[in-house]
Order: sequence, then C-alpha cells, then structure tokens
Amino acid sequence: MNDVVRPVMQDAVAAAPTRVDGRDKVTGRARYAVEHPVEDVVWAWPVTSTVAKGRVTEIDASEANGTEGVIAVLTHANAPRLGETDDAELQLLQSDRVAYRGQVCALVVGETVESARAGADAVRVRYDEAEHDVVLDARHPAMFTPEKVNPGFPTDTSIGDPDTAFAVAAVQLDATYTTPTEHNHAMEPHATTASWGADGTLTLYDSNQGSTGVARVMADLFGLQVRAVHVISEHVGGGFGSKGTPRPNIVLAAMAAQAVGRPVRLALGRQHMFSLVGYRTPTIQRLRLGATTDGVLRSLVHDVWEQTSTLDDFAEQTAVISRMLYAAPARRTTHRLVRLDVPTPSWMRAPGEAPGSFALESAMDELAAACDLDPVELRVRNEPDVDPESGKPFSSRNLVACLREGARRFGWEQRDPTPGVRRDGRWLVGTGVASSTYPARTAPSQARMSIGSDGVVTVELNAVDIGTGSRTALTQIAAEAMDLPTDRVRLRIGDSTLPPAMIAGGSMGLTSWGSAIVKGARQLRELVGRRDGAIPEDGLEVTADTAEEVRAVSGYARHAFGAQFCEVRVDADTGEVRVPRLLGVFAVGRVINARTARSQLVGGMTMGLSMALHEEGVVDVQHGDNVNHDLAGYHIAAHADVADVDAMWLEEHDEHLNLVGAKGIGEIGIVGTAAAVANAVHHATGVRVRDLPIRVDRLLGRG
Amino acid sequence: MKAFEYERPVGVTEAVALARRAGSRFLGGGTNLVDLMKLGVETPDLLVDLTGLDLAEVLEQPDGALRIGATVRNSDLSANDAVRARYPVLSQALVAGASGQLRNMATVGGNMLQRTRCPYFQDVTKACNKRVPGSGCPARAGEHRNLAILGASEACIATSPSDFAVALAALDAGVTALTTEGEVSLTVSDFFRLPGDEPQRDTNLPPGALVTALTVPRLDWATRSAYRKVRDRASYAFALVSVAAAVDLDGDRVRDVRLALGGVAHAPWRATRAEEALRGGPATEEAFSAALRGELEAAEPLPHNGFKVDLAHNVAVRTLTELTGVPA
Amino acid sequence: MARMSLDLTVNGERRKVDVDTRTTVLDLLREQLGLTGSKKGCDHGQCGACTVLVAGRRVLGCLVLAVTLEGAEVTTVEGLADGDDLHPVQRAFLDADAFQCGYCTPGQLCSAVGMLREVGEGWPSVVTPPGATVSVSSLGPDEVRERMSGNLCRCGAYVNIVPAVLAARR
Repeated sequence: MNDVVRPVMQDAVAAAPTRVDGRDKVTGRARYAVEHPVEDVVWAWPVTSTVAKGRVTEIDASEANGTEGVIAVLTHANAPRLGETDDAELQLLQSDRVAYRGQVCALVVGETVESARAGADAVRVRYDEAEHDVVLDARHPAMFTPEKVNPGFPTDTSIGDPDTAFAVAAVQLDATYTTPTEHNHAMEPHATTASWGADGTLTLYDSNQGSTGVARVMADLFGLQVRAVHVISEHVGGGFGSKGTPRPNIVLAAMAAQAVGRPVRLALGRQHMFSLVGYRTPTIQRLRLGATTDGVLRSLVHDVWEQTSTLDDFAEQTAVISRMLYAAPARRTTHRLVRLDVPTPSWMRAPGEAPGSFALESAMDELAAACDLDPVELRVRNEPDVDPESGKPFSSRNLVACLREGARRFGWEQRDPTPGVRRDGRWLVGTGVASSTYPARTAPSQARMSIGSDGVVTVELNAVDIGTGSRTALTQIAAEAMDLPTDRVRLRIGDSTLPPAMIAGGSMGLTSWGSAIVKGARQLRELVGRRDGAIPEDGLEVTADTAEEVRAVSGYARHAFGAQFCEVRVDADTGEVRVPRLLGVFAVGRVINARTARSQLVGGMTMGLSMALHEEGVVDVQHGDNVNHDLAGYHIAAHADVADVDAMWLEEHDEHLNLVGAKGIGEIGIVGTAAAVANAVHHATGVRVRDLPIRVDRLLGRG
Repeated sequence: MKAFEYERPVGVTEAVALARRAGSRFLGGGTNLVDLMKLGVETPDLLVDLTGLDLAEVLEQPDGALRIGATVRNSDLSANDAVRARYPVLSQALVAGASGQLRNMATVGGNMLQRTRCPYFQDVTKACNKRVPGSGCPARAGEHRNLAILGASEACIATSPSDFAVALAALDAGVTALTTEGEVSLTVSDFFRLPGDEPQRDTNLPPGALVTALTVPRLDWATRSAYRKVRDRASYAFALVSVAAAVDLDGDRVRDVRLALGGVAHAPWRATRAEEALRGGPATEEAFSAALRGELEAAEPLPHNGFKVDLAHNVAVRTLTELTGVPA
Repeated sequence: MARMSLDLTVNGERRKVDVDTRTTVLDLLREQLGLTGSKKGCDHGQCGACTVLVAGRRVLGCLVLAVTLEGAEVTTVEGLADGDDLHPVQRAFLDADAFQCGYCTPGQLCSAVGMLREVGEGWPSVVTPPGATVSVSSLGPDEVRERMSGNLCRCGAYVNIVPAVLAARR
C-alpha cells in the first residue's frame, strides 16, 4: 500500500502554476465581503455586554437615537424575531439573557461607519448581574461527560486495562499539559453586506468558508426558502475554522437591513472577534505513558478537560489523536467538559489535533528521555500495524518515512540528546521533533460541468477560496480531468446558487470539491464521447454528485502524516526563544499544486510556531473576558518571529481516498509544531515547558 | 468616536491659544490619540493639529546639545546622522519601538505623551484610576504580568510604554514646553512622574502646555551606549523590560555610567542607585550584578510579574557587559 | 457633526472630498473613493493591513485622520502598478506565492515599497549592527523580517514574502 518514491523538491514548486486570482489580489481588485459596490448602503455596529452573566434590565437608546446619522437601534425588545437553528449563538437580540461578556445586546445602524460607532458608544445598557464563572479547572464540580466530541467522535474510548498496564510498566510518564484560549483571527474580520429585494429575497456578500450551509441557516433564521437567499463569497480573507458556519455578523446585517429597509454593511471590529466568532477552548491534558525500558508503549492514557459555554456544547476532540498515532495494547482517552459563562468555543485550525498533539508529542519526548532513546526511534518503535482502536488497515501510513526523511534532511543524526549543553554565545541551542497527523476525509459535493461548442469547459460548484489556492487547484483538476489546458477551463465558485458543496474546512475542501469535478468530468467526457465529440451549439452539461462515492466508504483508516523538526535558540539571560529552523515532511497523498500546497503547509507550521511561542487569551477572572482583546495584546507571530520554515512531502499514492487521491493539507501543518518547539526548548535549556505559550517567564531562571 | 472640531494652527502661539478651549487635545502623529479616541478613552471636542508647525528640525546647539523639535518623526530621528553617531542608545530605542509605519507617523513629542498600554486603562468598560480617578484598579488583583514592579502605588501599577523616553532619561534630556504664561523646561526625570494617588497625571507638564522640543545634552561618551529590549515577540510589541545604558570607561574601571530601565514603572526608571554603586568601581560582571541587585531591592513585584526583577537584572548586566567588553 | 473639505492627490489623481473630521484615510479610501484595496484588519494600528504611502512614506491609514492630509499625495495598492505593468514588488509577490487569502497583501505591498525606500535612504533598523549602514543591495533576510514586522499575516506567508521583497529590489 505504501509507495513512497521521493520527496517533492523545489522544482515542483517552481513548475506549479501561480494563483489564478493572484493578479487581483496584488492589485487590490479582489473584492471581499464589504467591498462590493451597493447603492444606498448604511453601516451597523454591535453593542456588546459588559457583564459575563445576568439579564439586561434596560437599554437606554435615547442618546444614541439622537446621535447624528443614527438610523436605528435594535435590541431584544424590537429586533426581528428569528427562526430556530441548532446554533444558539445565532439567536441574536432574541432575549435579555447575557451568557458571556462581549455578547451582542444591541445593534446600531448609522449612515456611515463613524455614525454607527458613535451611536453604539452612546447606548446605555443596564444589567441585573449574576456572579460569573469563567475559569477552567480540571476539578470543577460541574465537569460532565459530553455526549460526543467534535464532530461526532465518541467521548471516551478504552481498550484493555491501561491502569494496570501503567502501574506495572518499567518506565512511567505521568504529566499534565495545558494550552490556553486561542483565537483564529483571520486577517479579514467577519463581515457581511446584506440587502433585501422588493420580492423578499435576501442577498448577502459574506466572508465565510462555505455558503451552502450559510444560506440554509439564514433561510431557517429568517423564515425563507433557501432559494430566496443568495450568499456571495468571492474572496475571503482567511477563516481557519472561524468562518465554517454563519457567525453573528451575517445575522445582524440581515436583521438590520430588514429593520431599516436599506442595504447594510457590518464588519466586526477586531475586539469583537475575541467573543463573537468562536475560539479554541483552553485545555488541560493529562498523559500517562507506560513503556518497557526499550520504549515500547504498554499503556497510553490521555485525559482531557476543557470548556464550553452555557449556550451550546462544543467539545474539542483533543484526545482523538491518541487513538490512532501509536500502538499500545492498553489505552484510554477521555474528554470532560464544563459549561462556563464564556462564549462558545468552536473550530480552530486542526481542532483536537492541534492542542492534543502538543500534549501527546511532548509526552513522547519526555518518554524518550526517560528511556534514553532517540525521540525519532521511540516513535518508530511504536508504529502500529493497523489503526489501534478500530483494527482497520491504514489506507496509507508514512509516518516513519516522514520521520526518517526529515531526520536526514534536518541533520538529526549528529544530535547529542543531552539537554542544556549546546551554547553559541548567549544562545542555548536545541532541536526537537514531533509527529503530525490529520484525518483524510471527503464529503459529498456537487459540480455542474458544461462544455460549449468552442470547447471551453465551465465548472460550477459552491467551493470557496479562503486563501488556500482552491481556485487555482480546482482549475488544474478540471483541466486535467478534461484533458484540456487550464486556459480552456472557467471555474465559478463562491456563490450559494451554485451546486452545493463542502465547506473549506476539515482539510476536506479540495478532496471533496475535486472529487465532484473529476466525477463530473468523467460524465461530461462520456457524454461528449457518445456524440463522437460533436458538441451542439448550446453545449452539453452534466451535474455530478459524489454522495454515493462518499457513502461507499471502504474499511480503511485514512490519515495524513508528517514529522516536524525544529531548531530553537534560547537566550540564556532573558529566556527569549527564537526559531531559526522549522522543517516539516509530510505524506498527504497527491498534491495538486506544489506552490500553493507548500504555502499552506508552511502557513500551518507558522501558525503552530505562533501557538508555541505567542498565543494566549488571558482570562480576566474579575470581568469574565480575555483581558488582552486586541492584536497588540494577543500576539500572533510577526515577520521577525519566522525565519526558515520549510515544508516538503513524500510522493504518496493512495487509491483508497477519493477521486483526487489527495488527503487534504489545510490543518496538518499546525499539528505537532508546538510540541516540536517545546521539545527543542527542552533540548536547549533542560526546562520542560508543559504550558503554552512558551513565554520568557516560563524559562527565566529555570535553566 | 465622538464628533470633534479640527484646527491646524500655523504658529505655536496660536496652537497654545487653541488649547485653552475646553476639551482640546494636541494631535501629533495620532498613533496613540486616534486609537484612544476609537476606544472611547479620549473624547476630545477639538483637535489641534501640530504637524504644520515649524517644530520638525533637529539642531546641534552651540554647547553641543541636540535640540529636537517636537514634531520630528520617530523614524527621521532614528536615522539622523548626529543621533546615530553621538547617541546610539537613542537611535536604537526609537527603532526598537512599534513598526516602520508607526515610526513614520509618530512624533517625538507625542511619543513622550503617549498613554500606558495597561489593558484596563484601554478598556472603558472596566475600572481604572488613571482613566476615571477613584474608580479602582482591577489590574492589581487581575492581569498584571506586564505591569510595574517599581514605584507603583495602590492606585495604579501602569507602566510607561515609550522606549524613546527610557533612552532620554538615561541621557539626562530636557523637555521644553510652551504655555500661555511662557516657556517651561523640565528634565525628563522631572517630566514623568510616579502614579502616587494621582495616577491620572502621567507627567508634570502644566495643563495646556505644548511640548516644543527635547534637548539632549552633550555627552561625549554616549558613543558607548546601547538600548536593549525584551518583549513577547521578536518585534512589534511593547517591552517587558528594556534597558538604556551608556558607560564611560577608564581602563577597566567605570568612570561614569547612565542606566535607565523601561517597562518596569510608571516612568522611565533611572537607576541612580546602581549608577552610584558603579561609578568609580570595576567594570566587571560581578559589580554590574551587585549594582542591579541593589537597584532592584526597591522592586515590589506582584504575583505575575516577579520575573521582571530577574529579567531587568539580567538584561542590564548583559547590556553593561557588552558595552564594556567584559568577557561573558 | 464636523465636516471639512479637503484637497488631496490619490494615486496621481486630484480629489476634492468632503469628510467627517472623524474619518480616517482608510475609511475615506474605502467608503468614499471606492478604493477598497487598502484593508481594515484591526482599525487600531496593530496589523498593518491598511498601510498606504503618503508622500512615499508608509503609514497606517486607520490611524491617520483624513483631515490631516490637505494637499497630501497618497498612494494605495491600486496605484502601484503602471497600467497593466505590475510594480516589481507585485510581480515578485505573485511569483513567490507571497500571499494566500490576500487580505494583508495590499498592506504588505505598500509596506515593502516604503521599506525599500527607507533602506535606500540608509535608515537603520533594530537589527542593524551599531555603526553599520544597510543599503538596498546589502539588505538581508533578517533586515526584511524586522522591517516588515508591522504587517501581520495570519495565513503564514512570511517565508515567501521575504524572498519576494528581496527579489523586487531594483
């Protein structure tokens, strides 16, 4: 099943087509959600709660209504009533209840962005405040066992008797790791332009990761037929999970437009994004690894505690990675959740695997040291033959090949495992490794494909390009499937009136969309073939649907794998960490466009580096929000933090995936990165940092 | 943002007169003021734009001092040949701050008057004695990892955010300001103040005064000076701790020394006690360390910012050892 | 509401506008002049997406009040190319895949153009060794990284932006 040939090199990147929308993006012509010209448009700005729990007792909008340019102030008392959906966060302005600090409690509509904001500043809200509870603690008395973890995994799993196996293991590692609240922060804030037609139709220019579902939810909320809702998402400035479903911006914009009878633009402020669009839950993770002295795992237990809101249960699948990454005869994973007075957590790049890999892969590094084994070798020794929990064979599994190839390229062989002994002037130098993995999945999608008498093929499906390069890669897939040059293919995406398709999420966008296109191309070519190539004046058209192919899953475990190698330098006096080198070697099935694929993998690794060193939503216990709710306080990696980050991949042919042969690459880059950095920091300094981010105060004076 | 009037005076006298109007604020580069207006922290009725005034020159004075007009942009000053040659610490402090874009906008006068980045001060939904005197300080029992360890009060533990001012403090610079009563001059040390029970006052500048110039006295041995800043990311972040230092060596002894710490107090913290301990003594790492330990005896860290004591010590010792060429 | 009239040049074109005193140059460009290339990422000077050039210098459009720009020359991403001929920095970004979602890109481009001019004038950065002078030809990756740090990119295109900027030097 494994057919590893050679790593893909620079020349493949150089040979790949540049982005088909690149010119629009470098000239400023690419239009995002609040940039499409609309006549008579006005602006809306939310007013958010300043208590974390309680009820709104009074909203005094008199001063706001008297503010020049203000058109309307919506509150729970006068806002349009919304229909039911399964996302409680979208029931905006429907009740007086406050479930967290920063929840929307009013919306001001003004002639300009300035007047809307001035009006919002003038709204006075009074509350009946209740005592809030916002601190995640593994011993919280309200911890409970959720029904499932995202998106539908079992909450707990157990095989054998891991407690006894741990108790008798020659080498035991029992350590607790934490990751803080992390925020997605796509550079384009969540934004919508909403306008209602005279016929009751609703047109929405919206920033999202897939508008098929957005249109459906908006139809439910506003009591419309889905066909009366038209969502256009031509360019989207990133999402990283936070735009996977509708967020408050689109609902509020539509409500405001309904209330004032004019088109409304609403772009959330950066500060709003700390409470209104989802985030990654903080996690507390206890790892217990029991092994033989030669590093063979006998027991693996991964227990997780995390938070959700009082509005909805979102349980991050943090320990799921521990169900499949390594062999161990006895094993258990658990997830416990507590409902706090906080916003509902949601998807953030590699939900589950990103925080879970930090704990698991840090623990494996600690185990390697305890066994006096090289950390690459330890991982190789625990390579399973089949998926350890399901017993299914892997469709392809090239973790070991990634580790070996990465070690070779990184220069791992010369590594002295002793921590804290390499010094270059003021710098302590170290290297670390971690494994990486992410599920390879495909979801049903449709594609309409037509060929005109001029031979030009038009491909239409509601995919979206949030920066991944899908517009480019799908064009390539269609051209290849039709055996045409790319300039004979026209691709239309980013519009909810197009055939329904998977969102750009879960590393499933390209695999799902591409499969529909490949299937459509086969059907179209067959149709053309039946006519001996004669294409009628008004062309030929097919619509492909991959629901059947996706349903007909065969009995394989499908995952992408990778290995991340990291070099760090830690300032001996200050604890400042620099990452001069980060190398990822991945096995992700077929890669469509080497240029954009490398960018996406490197981008994920960069976000992982940022997670390792910088990102932390600091809980304000007194007030209930994140105290550092702006980009000056919530640091994401800047240029100066990111030096030589490189990604490559092994050529991998896997016939058990989908019609494209790809595994998806959107998330795997972030998986394992933080552990690789933390492991390198330990190697450099001898200090094991089990709590992210790796701040100077967590290293200073501990070396 | 509340609506406001805007005036662009052509002379300093007119500017100072406009400033007498209620609710007026001087506008320099706007990098802090416009931000605070968006946050609702500042709600001026009138902005008096200073950038058209004739205050954008850097002049070498007959006594060797450098007179820096208040509307000189940070980036211009950082690149100024005289500054780079004579006061490396000053140029380095400027380029350690903010980003290229912000340095192009920010004026040096505005830099001196920027407000703390304490997150409670910047959030009008929370109490803050600096913003609303008497409302309380949630930082003391809340998030204070990057707040003051020196010279704080019960009322306020904010830190001064300026890098530039730390270097100026080390250089014994002066501030010249104009009021309707006439010109006033203050040393940088007297310009900034500790919070005490009036944290709403960042400086000792008289109300309505217009900062017109900064004066850096001649200090020939400031050629041996440096600024070192430690922050949570490699660039584009405020200091956790910073150090401005200049050393005058006499063989292997310290003839004279200037040392100021940033990120640790409501004002740039001139380490006078450490300076006194070092003056005339050996230029050794042990001596530097002992001097800093003495200086930092005054530190009163809170539960989450105790690391700043060691960090300040280490960064200062490092900076001094590097400046004096002491082998590590 | 206080309003003022204003004359300025945007991308070489004289514009006479009437603005609210509160309007930033970013909002003026996007909402009144139809130039939506400059992006609003944070509106507080903390991300760099709104970077434009004023008299050739890079500044943050979100913190510059439009009323302060009487008579000024503003260049935005829409004004970098010469007709259909892309600016070398734009061309280099395309070739190096120096962007993904494209939202920080206009700011990165304007910042890079302004930054190269600053280097050409010999301006130091915090990583410039004391006493040394960096020139456009001697500019290295560390200098580019530091000088471009005011432009955040969440997609993580930094490692492609640096070679793009270096390749764009004329």
